[in-house]
Amino acid sequence: MTDSRPVLTMTGISKSFPGVRALHDVNFRLFPGEVHALMGENGAGKSTLIKVLTGVYDTDEGAITLHGEPVSFTGPMQATAAGVSTVYQEVNLCTNLSVAENIFIGREPRLLGAVRWGEVRRRARALLARLDLDLDVSAPLGSYSLAIQQMVAIARAIDIQARVLILDEPTSSLDAGEVAQLFRIMRQLRDEGIAILFVTHFLDQVYEIADRITVLRNGGLVGEYPTAELPQLSLVEKMIGKELDVLEGIEEHSRRDLAELEEGTPLVAVSNLGRAGAVAPFSLTIHAGEVVGLAGLLGSGRTEVARLFFGADRADGGQVAIDGTSSSLRTPAQAIDQGVGFCSENRRAEGIVPELSVRENIILAMQAARGWLRPIPRRRQDELVDKYVKALNIRPADPEVPVRNLSGGNQQKVLLARWLITEPRLLILDEPTRGIDIGAKTEIQRLVTQLSDGGMAVLFISAELEEVLRLSHKVAVMRDRQMVAQLANDEGLDAERIMQTIASGSHREEVDR
Amino acid sequence: MNDTMGRYRTMIGHRLFWPIAVLVVMLAANTIYRPGFLSIELKDGHLYGSPIDILRLSAPLILVALGMTLVISTGGIDLSVGSVCAISGAMACMYISKQPDQNSLTVVLTALAMALGVALVLGVWNGVLVAVIGIQPIIATLILMVAGRGLAQLITQGQIITINSGPFRGIGLGHLLTLPLAIFIALAAALLVAAFTRRTALGMIIESVGGNAEASRLAGIRSGRVIFLAYVVSAVCAAIAGFMMTANVSSADGNAVGLWVELDAILAVVIGGTSLAGGRFFLSGTILGALIIQTLTTTVYAMNISPQTSLLFKAVVVIAVCLIQAPAFRAKFSRRRRSAPPPRPVADKPKEQVPA
Amino acid sequence: MTTGSLTVPRRTRFRLPRRQVPVLATLALLLVMYGIGVSQYTAFSNVQVIFNVFIDNGFLLVVAVGMTFVILTGGIDLSVGSVVAMTAMVSADLLQKGLPAALVLVIALLIGPTLGLLMGCAIHFFDIQPFIVTLAGMFFARGMCTFISGSSIPITDGFWTRMSQERIGDPRGNFVSISVLIAFAVVLVAAYVLAYTRLGRNVYAIGGNPQSALLMGLPLGRTRIAVYTISGLCSAIGGILLSFYTLSGAPLIAVGMELDVIAAVVIGGTVLTGGSGYVFGTVLGVLVLGVIQTLITFDGSLNSWWTKIVIGGLLFAFILLQRLIGIRYK
Ligand SMILES: Nc1ncnc2c1ncn2[C@@H]1O[C@H](COP(=O)(O)OP(=O)(O)OP(=O)(O)O)[C@@H](O)[C@H]1O
Ligand SMILES: [Mg+2]
Repeated sequence: MTDSRPVLTMTGISKSFPGVRALHDVNFRLFPGEVHALMGENGAGKSTLIKVLTGVYDTDEGAITLHGEPVSFTGPMQATAAGVSTVYQEVNLCTNLSVAENIFIGREPRLLGAVRWGEVRRRARALLARLDLDLDVSAPLGSYSLAIQQMVAIARAIDIQARVLILDEPTSSLDAGEVAQLFRIMRQLRDEGIAILFVTHFLDQVYEIADRITVLRNGGLVGEYPTAELPQLSLVEKMIGKELDVLEGIEEHSRRDLAELEEGTPLVAVSNLGRAGAVAPFSLTIHAGEVVGLAGLLGSGRTEVARLFFGADRADGGQVAIDGTSSSLRTPAQAIDQGVGFCSENRRAEGIVPELSVRENIILAMQAARGWLRPIPRRRQDELVDKYVKALNIRPADPEVPVRNLSGGNQQKVLLARWLITEPRLLILDEPTRGIDIGAKTEIQRLVTQLSDGGMAVLFISAELEEVLRLSHKVAVMRDRQMVAQLANDEGLDAERIMQTIASGSHREEVDR
Repeated sequence: MNDTMGRYRTMIGHRLFWPIAVLVVMLAANTIYRPGFLSIELKDGHLYGSPIDILRLSAPLILVALGMTLVISTGGIDLSVGSVCAISGAMACMYISKQPDQNSLTVVLTALAMALGVALVLGVWNGVLVAVIGIQPIIATLILMVAGRGLAQLITQGQIITINSGPFRGIGLGHLLTLPLAIFIALAAALLVAAFTRRTALGMIIESVGGNAEASRLAGIRSGRVIFLAYVVSAVCAAIAGFMMTANVSSADGNAVGLWVELDAILAVVIGGTSLAGGRFFLSGTILGALIIQTLTTTVYAMNISPQTSLLFKAVVVIAVCLIQAPAFRAKFSRRRRSAPPPRPVADKPKEQVPA
Repeated sequence: MTTGSLTVPRRTRFRLPRRQVPVLATLALLLVMYGIGVSQYTAFSNVQVIFNVFIDNGFLLVVAVGMTFVILTGGIDLSVGSVVAMTAMVSADLLQKGLPAALVLVIALLIGPTLGLLMGCAIHFFDIQPFIVTLAGMFFARGMCTFISGSSIPITDGFWTRMSQERIGDPRGNFVSISVLIAFAVVLVAAYVLAYTRLGRNVYAIGGNPQSALLMGLPLGRTRIAVYTISGLCSAIGGILLSFYTLSGAPLIAVGMELDVIAAVVIGGTVLTGGSGYVFGTVLGVLVLGVIQTLITFDGSLNSWWTKIVIGGLLFAFILLQRLIGIRYK
């Protein structure tokens, strides 16, 4: 399948940031007509390698060749011009511009220097149709969900007539259907002889699409392997560098019976909570110690439900009862006072404060709840932060570095820690395992189980049905901005049945209450 | 040897290194030009000399800049400080001038309290416009900047109010423990602001709001209140500065008091290392920035630079200060100096810092 | 893994043309304000009143157009007022020295963009905040003004006086000056550049998110430098128009003008953090300031401090209403 001559080579690449050696003597090859997975834990240096390649960062040492010629891009502009097209981790588009413009800006079709807007829109629609998307291409990108933004970023990248396509965690916020669509196109491009570099934390996806795998660990190269010759277990071992038992995942933990859990007054009970244009009125109860999973396709209103629970958006109508007494969740501050925590899916815009240190980011919510007049004593801060930096394996482990300098997955862990230290009674986790490496992911899943065993209620949102199924006692299914069903997670429930519910929008199997 | 190099590096890398260096260079230049510049003498139990003058004259600017630091840190800006200075000065002077005994301490204290009350109202006004109504800070405070000058003149009925009040003059020219009182006031304000922000969690919360307002809201911070507070503090600081400015000359001119002080204050804040985009703030840097600006002004006078070119001079110094502080500039500079650079496949070009 | 067949049709959210709302609000309020003027003062309904607003504010409009570019990228240019003054000053000085008008025009039109280019380079290459760089630019240009002459220099050149006195009007005696036409030409060109050229679109992209723009492969540096150069050019044109208007160059003219300009741009619906706004909005913003001025002149009874207070009050009322309308329709 692959030519003998690599289209791209990187040799002896080293890159240091102040205090961190992100890459050390890394070699990498990419052949035409292959999908090459770049694997490694959070902070292994995957994104840095990509940014060094496209010239976002200077290299400290090392050489890059493209088509056998030495190259040194001074920035993404040159890289794109040379036929290297990239989707960076996190969506990097301009939300104020229209969808169509985001796809074509920089290479709009023009007539005598004037952008032909009609043509831009027409082509954008055609391109999105290829990805099975039907959007209003003249609407601002910011009015769409993160997942759709990610699809638009991919559309932009594949439209560039590139010889090398780089996708840094493109699938992190996509659902199964979307991923299938993306893979179809990736295969098509691969067959056209395009070299594709692909980063993901989903092992299944790697084995589904990748021809070869390069593994990085702690900024160093572990090795390059044909996918067929590297069983899943040894891949993970190579990524984390030790024998593995985490992979076995959490045991089917002795899941308490739903009926038993749902005795007594619910911790939070909402009825007819809704918000025009975001999500239709729904009712849901969550009991202490209960994990409620929220399943549904992209844009089905999962995040919107979470935001209403937290008061991040204001509900148009409906009642909220906490511990049986009527109450309200109108602002985040109010919700936090009631013991609710919310880990947003959009960590860059709604999560981290980039300039502040890891420590400050972690204690932020707790401090906000205490009020500014009662600062958390420094020693207590250090204790708490230390504990969670260790527990979640946040790297680098120095709590004083600005969060901006952490890799994407580590930023996610910082946000998780922020909420865990507030010891909420209800924790809302919107895609908490997105972009997190396999070890940490299992860790987070285990944590959720532990927390719920300890009496914390969790509202768990994830695009991965398996994960939802593994953790929740009850699964609420969203479809088309409506909550169409609430299913008890008993023996009879599996991914297949949830899929069917999503597809048919059936109300039949609703839990009796 | 390696160790000294390392220490040298950390020193250079320190945030306050360059502002201090600039200040020292400016003082040195003055001393070379006028050898007596640094001498301080004790007369009638008071210390006199150019350095003391610089400290005394920079007190109002320090005050204004302190408030401005907080506002800028929340991601805002306060253009109205000059007008607030003028209004509070005018209020105080007007009240005192109407009293039979201008030297009475109670009269002066009442005047100050009244003027401070008005400043509070003005601060609340700005705060409401920005934090509650959500008007862009530059425009919200522009309203008061324009109208405030009018208000100040309205208070003085367009006159220049001259007063003859010992206690009031003391705010600007009085002495305490051989040093000008103004220095102590500025110092006290600085310590107070520092205590309020750094001894409590307020500082971090302000930085968080300035760094990412939406994330802060979702972390449960009531951003509106924090922003509101910053504008109120800024107005109060400006009012005290206004007292000093008017006390210095024992008169209030609605048009002239605090003219362009907002620009100097913003400049001081930025020289001190706080970004205009909001986020991290540095009070000590701000104070240094204010001192640099005042030293510059004094230098211009002392060196007999013609008033025509003084602005040119100021432009050059501002750019120079900012250039040496700019990491990009320093990176270029040090890269050129570094001996035997490692193979550098990528052309020397400033790189944007892009988060992962 | 499931197949694509499960993908439900996604409903797009219901949206109003949110981006146009501020501009429309401004337009509506401007009409209301004009209506108030007409109902209060009969002479206000005269078409010439509107023309005069343009005549008096033509230079402001041109400068505001340049500022729109800068603010759209999320930057700011404080040097405009001083550059306007410097351009007028240099022209007056050179004309007085007897240089031909054409040459003076060329020189005057080159100074502003050159300064803008330098400031843009400082901002981009050394990563210094625009506020500071352009503040230094402001000091520099103002310093140059006083350096050239401490007092006002009259202009007697034939071309200048002709440009100043030429009236283009209809038979009923309503007229505009050449400056107004020039200002309109600038507006049209700018609107075209912003809407239809790559440079213009890059301006919006950078204002939206500079890091993304960089990663999308857009020429961040080139665009940034370009907008400050454009602003410099607009200030230079504004300076020439001002010298047509006043037939002199004065060292302290247009002090504080940068704030009027910024106010006009923001009132016109451009967001200071960049990425959203229109030149047409800026035109409206300048008109708002102009009409406020006109209302005050029509009243005629206000002394200088009440004038300031009333301007502040009207500005407040206007922004408040604009904001309320904006919230309403979001
Ligand atoms: N701009 C930066 N400044 C300082 N350190 C950085 C910067 N960018 C990345 N790093 C550090 O470099 C290391 C590698 O980061 P990188 O983003 O390449 O990780 P990654 O493999 O992409 O991880 P993830 O799977 O979480 O995205 C991390 O330790 C990170 O903290
Ligand atoms: Mg990464």
